[in-house]
Amino acid sequence: MREKVVIALAAAAALLLAYNLYQIFLVLPDEALQGGIYRIIFFHVPAGIVGMIGFFIALTFAVWYLVSGDLRHDSLSASIVEVSVVFTTVNIVTGSIWARIIWGAWWVWDYRLTSQLVCALIFFGYLLLRRAIDEPTQRARLSAALTIFGCVDSVIVWKSIEWFRNNHPGPVLTIRTGGGHMDPAMEHTLSLNFLAILLVGAALALVRMRQESTAREIDSLRRAAHV
Amino acid sequence: MNFVLQAFAVARKDLAIELRTKESLNAAGSFAIVILLLFSFAFDPGSDETREIGGGLLWIVFAFAGALVFNRSFARELPNECLDTLLASPLSAASLVIGKSLANWVTLLVVEFVSLFVFGIFYNVSWVAHLAPLAAVFALATWGVSILGAIFGAITVNLRLRELMLPVIIYPLMIPLLIGAIELTRMILNNEPASPEELLWGRILIVFDVVFTSLAVILSDTILVN
Repeated sequence: MREKVVIALAAAAALLLAYNLYQIFLVLPDEALQGGIYRIIFFHVPAGIVGMIGFFIALTFAVWYLVSGDLRHDSLSASIVEVSVVFTTVNIVTGSIWARIIWGAWWVWDYRLTSQLVCALIFFGYLLLRRAIDEPTQRARLSAALTIFGCVDSVIVWKSIEWFRNNHPGPVLTIRTGGGHMDPAMEHTLSLNFLAILLVGAALALVRMRQESTAREIDSLRRAAHV
Repeated sequence: MNFVLQAFAVARKDLAIELRTKESLNAAGSFAIVILLLFSFAFDPGSDETREIGGGLLWIVFAFAGALVFNRSFARELPNECLDTLLASPLSAASLVIGKSLANWVTLLVVEFVSLFVFGIFYNVSWVAHLAPLAAVFALATWGVSILGAIFGAITVNLRLRELMLPVIIYPLMIPLLIGAIELTRMILNNEPASPEELLWGRILIVFDVVFTSLAVILSDTILVN
C-alpha cells in the first residue's frame, strides 16, 4: 500500500514538475530588472518553505513519539528532518547563486541567509547525533528532544537575526503582501512549483521512512541473534 | 521547594568537587587565556576597531571555554556508575539538570571574569566602571549557555565522540543568545548610551533563558530517566 502511495506521489510530482519546467523556461518572460536569473525563485522559495514546513511536521511526530513510544513516529520524524535538511541546503545554495549575480557576492550576512544556515546546522547536528547512538529507543528519545530544542530555537534565531541585520528582498507573495508585488502568471507558476516540490519531499520522506524501518528491523534481528 | 533544595544540593556537590580538583576551572581558564592571546595576533590589540569587536571576542572565548566545562559536567559522573546512582536516588531528573546547570554557571562566571581581567590588560580596555551592567549581561547570558550545556551534556554523555558532538550541537543553538550578549557587551564596553536596542537584546536573553530552562525541566525525564 505504502509503495503505491510513493509511486502515486512521485508520478504526480514528475508530471507537475515537467509542466512547471516548460512554463518557467519556455513560457514566462524574463523579469524586467533581474533578467533570466529571477527564475531561480521558482526553486529557491518552494525549497525553503518545504524545508521549514518539514521541520515543524518532524516536531509534531517527535512529540507524538514521546507520547506514544511508537518507533514508527520516530522513523517518520527522522526521515522528514533528513529531507528538510536537503531542501534547506537547496534553498541556501540557490539563494547563494542568485546573490552572486544580483548582489555580486556568493554570501551576504543577511538575516534570512544566516537563519537558514543556522537552522541547517542545528539539524545537521541532529543527523550526526542519530548516527552516534546505536540503541533505537535511546536514539528516538534523544532525537525527539533535539528536534523540540531545534524547532523552538529556529524561531528565536529567525527573530533575533531579523533584528540584527536585514538586507534580503522583502516578501513578494500575495499571502504576505496582499498582492501587487509579483506578476500573477509568475506567482501561479511559483505556487504550482511549491506543490510539485512538496510532493517530491513527501515521496522522499516516505522512501526514507521505509529504509529507516527496514534498518531498525535488521538491527533488532541482529541483536536477537547475538542474545 | 524540594526541587530547589535538590538542585542546590547537586550544585553544591559539583562545586565542591570542582574546588577540590579544579579540573574544569584550570582547563577552561587557561584555554580562554590562550585563545585571547591568539586573537591578539589576528587583530591589532590596541586599535579602536578591536574595542569595537571586543564583545564578540569575549563571547567566542566564553563559548569555547564553556564547552570544556559542559563536557566534564556529566562525564565526571560516569566512573563508578555515579550517574546511575544519582538517577536511582530520590532526586528528580529536572533538579539534577538544573543543579548541574547552576554549578556550570558559577564555574563559567569565574572563568569569564578571569578572562575579562586578562582581556582588559591585553587589549587595553577599561571595564571596571561598567562592572554592574557587564555582570548583569554575563549572568543572564551565561545561564542560557549553562542550561543548554547541561541538557546537551546529558544527551551526549554516553556517546562516542562526546567531546566533538557537544559543541557541534550546542553552538548553533546558542546563536540568538550569543548575538544578544555580544551586542550588549559591545555597547557597554564602547560607552554607548542606553538605547531601546539594548532593551531588545536584554529581552532576547531573558526569553532565551526562560524558554530553554522550561524545556530543560520538561524534557529532563525523557533525556535521563526513560
